[in-house]
Amino acid sequence: MALEVVTGNHAAGYALAVAGEANRGARGAACGIYPITPQTEIVERVAGFPFTKGRVVPVESEHSAMAVSMGASLAGARAFTASSSNGLAYMVENIMTAGFYRLPIVMVAVNRTLGPPWNIWADQGDSLMLRDFPWVQLYCSDNQEVADLTLLAFRLAEDRRILLPVLVCMDAFIVSHTQAETDLPEQERVDRYLPELELPHRMRHDVPRTLGGLIWPDVTTSQRFDVDEAMRRVPAVYQECRDAFRNVFGRDPGGVLEAFRTEDAETVLVASATIATTVRDVIEARRARGERLGLVKMRMYRPFPEGELHRACASARRVGVLDRDYAAGIGGVWGQDVRAAFQGHRDDVLVQDYLLGIGGGDVTAESIDRVLDDLRDRDRAGPASWVDLAVGGAGREEVA
Amino acid sequence: MSAVTEGALAAGFPSIPCSEECLLRPGNTNCGGCGMSIGLTMLGRALEEAGEACMMAIPACCGAVTAGAFPTTSYGVPVVNTTFASSAAVASGLAAIRDLNGESGQVVCWAGDGGTYDIGMATLSAAAERDEDILYICYDNEIYGNTGGQRSSATPAGARTTTTPSGKREGKKDIVGIMAAHGIPYTATLSIAHPEDFREKLLRAFGIRGMRFLLIHSPCPTGWKSEPGDSVALVRLAVRSGLFPLLEVFDGERWRLNAEPDGSDPAEYFRRQRRFRPDELDLDAIRAACRARHERLRTLAATFPA
Repeated sequence: MALEVVTGNHAAGYALAVAGEANRGARGAACGIYPITPQTEIVERVAGFPFTKGRVVPVESEHSAMAVSMGASLAGARAFTASSSNGLAYMVENIMTAGFYRLPIVMVAVNRTLGPPWNIWADQGDSLMLRDFPWVQLYCSDNQEVADLTLLAFRLAEDRRILLPVLVCMDAFIVSHTQAETDLPEQERVDRYLPELELPHRMRHDVPRTLGGLIWPDVTTSQRFDVDEAMRRVPAVYQECRDAFRNVFGRDPGGVLEAFRTEDAETVLVASATIATTVRDVIEARRARGERLGLVKMRMYRPFPEGELHRACASARRVGVLDRDYAAGIGGVWGQDVRAAFQGHRDDVLVQDYLLGIGGGDVTAESIDRVLDDLRDRDRAGPASWVDLAVGGAGREEVA
Repeated sequence: MSAVTEGALAAGFPSIPCSEECLLRPGNTNCGGCGMSIGLTMLGRALEEAGEACMMAIPACCGAVTAGAFPTTSYGVPVVNTTFASSAAVASGLAAIRDLNGESGQVVCWAGDGGTYDIGMATLSAAAERDEDILYICYDNEIYGNTGGQRSSATPAGARTTTTPSGKREGKKDIVGIMAAHGIPYTATLSIAHPEDFREKLLRAFGIRGMRFLLIHSPCPTGWKSEPGDSVALVRLAVRSGLFPLLEVFDGERWRLNAEPDGSDPAEYFRRQRRFRPDELDLDAIRAACRARHERLRTLAATFPA
């Protein structure tokens, strides 16, 4: 293992490249790449990597970046790319296509606010808009998690029981551009962790299949059902990939979610990415004052780990969901999923959604304190609450 | 060799491969008089003659529908249906992995004019700029045929389509000029009415590495409002009257003109398709444009010969 001080982008680019290199004994690796702030450093790293059997194709758009990666994957190679924000929006059609083609592509998404108006800072609205596509989605809190989950993503995606693409997400700048000590595993261990890829439906001359032609409603339904079955297998296969990761690298990449002090917690906050780190500190401090608080840090968003969330919130009566995103007309994206997870299962739980850190705004310990105070004082859930609303918020409900 | 082929040979017909191994299998549901279907058959024959394998990336177009419904397919080669704008990019990925693994065979994009002149233009231009080792074939029927006949930037002036109900005002985009300007190794135009020229150009294209762009003038009786039996005659007339020059461009620099107009009147081409109203067309201007186009091509071919 090599400890280095690197950015989250550097960690992601390194992990993508060594994962590609690990397939050199099979059909190699390739990716289409296209720059967008704050992701660019990832594809720059990939472009500079001395692949034994790999090709990096610098294309003219994100849409084509995913198309080249799909072509490479269809030819049986390990394929990947990275993007962000409006780049993901431009790529959407091919993101969906890669999923329905069951191609085990890994994409790193640096979560950045969707424009306009232009804003390059952290906001999960970009990757969360892909929530209904056949992609697994993972969220990282720090550089180490970026490196680890990117590697794990390939093993998960390529598992014959899954064969779905995986999106690995990190917060813009807070992770992507922050240097931190990171354990970047050497090639030899990555080779051991990632088996050579043999895509069962790759295009080959001896089996002239037509992929993606016309299908009738009954076959369409079956195809969606197959995706659903694969999605349902993800948490268990993820756990296997996690165990294998521990064996090879001697480090735990973490589960689909992480429960922190939830055993006896009456109030639990559900958060993801870097906000979860801040929440943890606040909960420690308020625990010392005798409040029974807990945190669930969500690592996996799709498939939504409902069962694990129920277990982590067994003692909770109040659940606050922290959304660094805005879903027009309904509130926050995570909030909808958490509310749906409890509906009919635990109707005694008050689930309240909070919108904060939108557009990369700082989420401070004081922001979290305001959320916890509001949640404590509530007798019923309401519409998603805007935390730290500073401009143009007159007349709106605001957490005081 | 299939029983059908053997039977055809015994009956004295030229060999027409139509076994399950051929590129376009019998039994597809394409329209009668479809130029694209003839083009696919000719591509399949040329591949067989050259002993070349191929896999195809097909964007949304009649070529995608040609396969028919799962689990059957009319294609005897591996095919992936790409998103509308993506065929040249998906083909780039396929070709990259073919090359990394030292494999042979053509990676072919088979796209209509909508997927080439319009929505796929940026992707195609970028693949050409990277000189990807792919064979891009556009069958140009001058219309969005699959969606019921809307104008594209390949639709000629005067043609009535569902989105140009009183005739298109603009002329065709010069796709050959655009592709040749990329300096790619090979750009050529093909007509199903000139099968020997068609075959030679395919065989030549197979032997060249890098980006090759072929444009097939592809009659569409449904969109052109023409008789299916007239398809070949119409595109032959297009070549003879100078409306669709047969040419080759090497490295974007050296030009060759493959057929000279024989004095046929383009008016006849327009009269035989109900998408046009010949009385609304300025036929003298069209005749003059055909002459000027050929004069320019002759000059290019003489000054920068292949």
